Amino acid sequence: MVKQGVLPDEFSKPFWDAANDERLVIQNCKACDRLQHPPLPACRRCGSEDSLEWKEMSGRGTIYNHGVVYDCPVRLLQDDQPFNVAVIMLDDDPGIQMFSHLPGAPVDDVPAGASVEVIFEASANGQKVPEWRVTG
Amino acid sequence: MTTQHAPDSMYRSTEGLGIWEHRGKVAAVGIGHSPTARRWDETPETSMGAWSILALRRAMEDAGVSPDQVDGLVVVPETTTGANWPEGKALPMDVVNAFNTTSDPLDGVAQLSTEWLLKNMPELTNVKFTMYAPVCMSAALAVAAQAVGDGLTHTCLVLKSWHNLEGRYYQGGANAEDAIPGTPAIRNLWGAPASYGTALQFAEYCRKYGKTHDMMAPFMENSRRNGLMFPEGYWAQHRPERLTEEDYLVARWIAKPASLYDNDIPIMVSGAYLFTTAERAQSMKRKPVYILNHATSTTQPRSLTPTLDEVEEDTARTARKIYEGAGITAKDLSFENMYDGFSLFHQFHLEGLGYRGIKFGEALDFYQTDISIEGPNPVSPSGGNIGSGRSRFWMHTDCIQQLQGRAGDRQVTGVKPEIAVSGGPMPTGGSFTVWSATPD
Repeated sequence: MVKQGVLPDEFSKPFWDAANDERLVIQNCKACDRLQHPPLPACRRCGSEDSLEWKEMSGRGTIYNHGVVYDCPVRLLQDDQPFNVAVIMLDDDPGIQMFSHLPGAPVDDVPAGASVEVIFEASANGQKVPEWRVTG
Repeated sequence: MTTQHAPDSMYRSTEGLGIWEHRGKVAAVGIGHSPTARRWDETPETSMGAWSILALRRAMEDAGVSPDQVDGLVVVPETTTGANWPEGKALPMDVVNAFNTTSDPLDGVAQLSTEWLLKNMPELTNVKFTMYAPVCMSAALAVAAQAVGDGLTHTCLVLKSWHNLEGRYYQGGANAEDAIPGTPAIRNLWGAPASYGTALQFAEYCRKYGKTHDMMAPFMENSRRNGLMFPEGYWAQHRPERLTEEDYLVARWIAKPASLYDNDIPIMVSGAYLFTTAERAQSMKRKPVYILNHATSTTQPRSLTPTLDEVEEDTARTARKIYEGAGITAKDLSFENMYDGFSLFHQFHLEGLGYRGIKFGEALDFYQTDISIEGPNPVSPSGGNIGSGRSRFWMHTDCIQQLQGRAGDRQVTGVKPEIAVSGGPMPTGGSFTVWSATPD
């Protein structure tokens, strides 16, 4: 399934540039040594704008939860219904979540707690997007 | 007059604040509702603005208050159910010009300002205090209660309106585009509908506590039953159909485990209340319903969507704030009217409150007992959004009407209506009001 294209803006450009290089980066506050996702203009804990950086992740995670979408509001995905939308928690910090369609996993047959690894898929305009594949 | 958004200081959002300083000194004395419709037919008479005026006038009439007595107006400026005015679509100038306009031609059609209301309600000659509250009536009630208590206004109208345009829910705008901006894309590329987050929490809840989606059926039947006895509501007015267990169990999925009926139906409707001081309420037409406390949750999840642990921690924290400020315990609640639009999170509110002593993981078993308005443990006697469509204010109207003894066929009979709680929307973010038949 092909997702909507992405038009990186100034704020999100580092995340999307890294994806095009097939690297997963997450915003990190150096002062708090704490990741946050989705990214914000300032650290949610200390409020600092200057201590934010983009930190490369291992690309490994765990399936935390999932739902099955039967009535999708996004036009480009409607022909692919029903489809999984899983929540991945990163091994680097289980408090950090990412969404995934779990390419290759059967619909509604998602092993909660299974290990996953990041892959990168091209969206409708060629921008690469982080996705996740079950590894065990 | 420039209208500001309510400052954070007007909300009681932290623990340890003690008894609310205006406990029992603010009262609800009037209710006004517009009719309901599934979608707008694009006539002036049924526009969101016209129905807002109607609801406000009905609230004053209900209270027996003349317009010149009103000195305050708290309004939620956002009115969308999920659709904004389509880009490029011609403005309905016959509707716009049927009213006194502001600088924004969508005022009264797809958003609402206090300026537009005051221009179109010339009878409100003495309004000196205006304020905006975000998104929901629940927040507006907290702001109005605090404003009356603080003496910023003594007779205050509170309004929330909804417009619902042609077309399917949330399917226009960015969702129809081939590409979207990078920041929202981080969250939105996966195409999850609005109820997906709640569905996730419910799925985790079922795994953790060994429950099933089928166990929601008694709650759904009860909510529609109560809604059909709510003459102001959508289902009672337009589709007086029972919702059976079978209807619920065979309904199509939206975001499994959330089905069609777990999602509230978007509608056009306006609702208004009149708040005043307890002292002034004594001479008004209706029996006052006193406000013992208002409390707000502003919790943000750590990442994309709240986990069940985050939900449970926050509903428990919210309940402590509700009870602390009102000076009550769970045992004092005659009934509850917590938010339900999505049905799958009502149990989080109940368990956080400890309603009738239930603990985390027990609400779905509680639903299998007598939760009707005739029994000793009424659940959502308003029927909520599930029973009457998306307004997010049926719960407040029901609390007031029940405590006044004028809920009609919906009147609770298994308990004496003395103290009730309502509010929402989300288990991890919302405002809540404690209502009482007496000021003490």
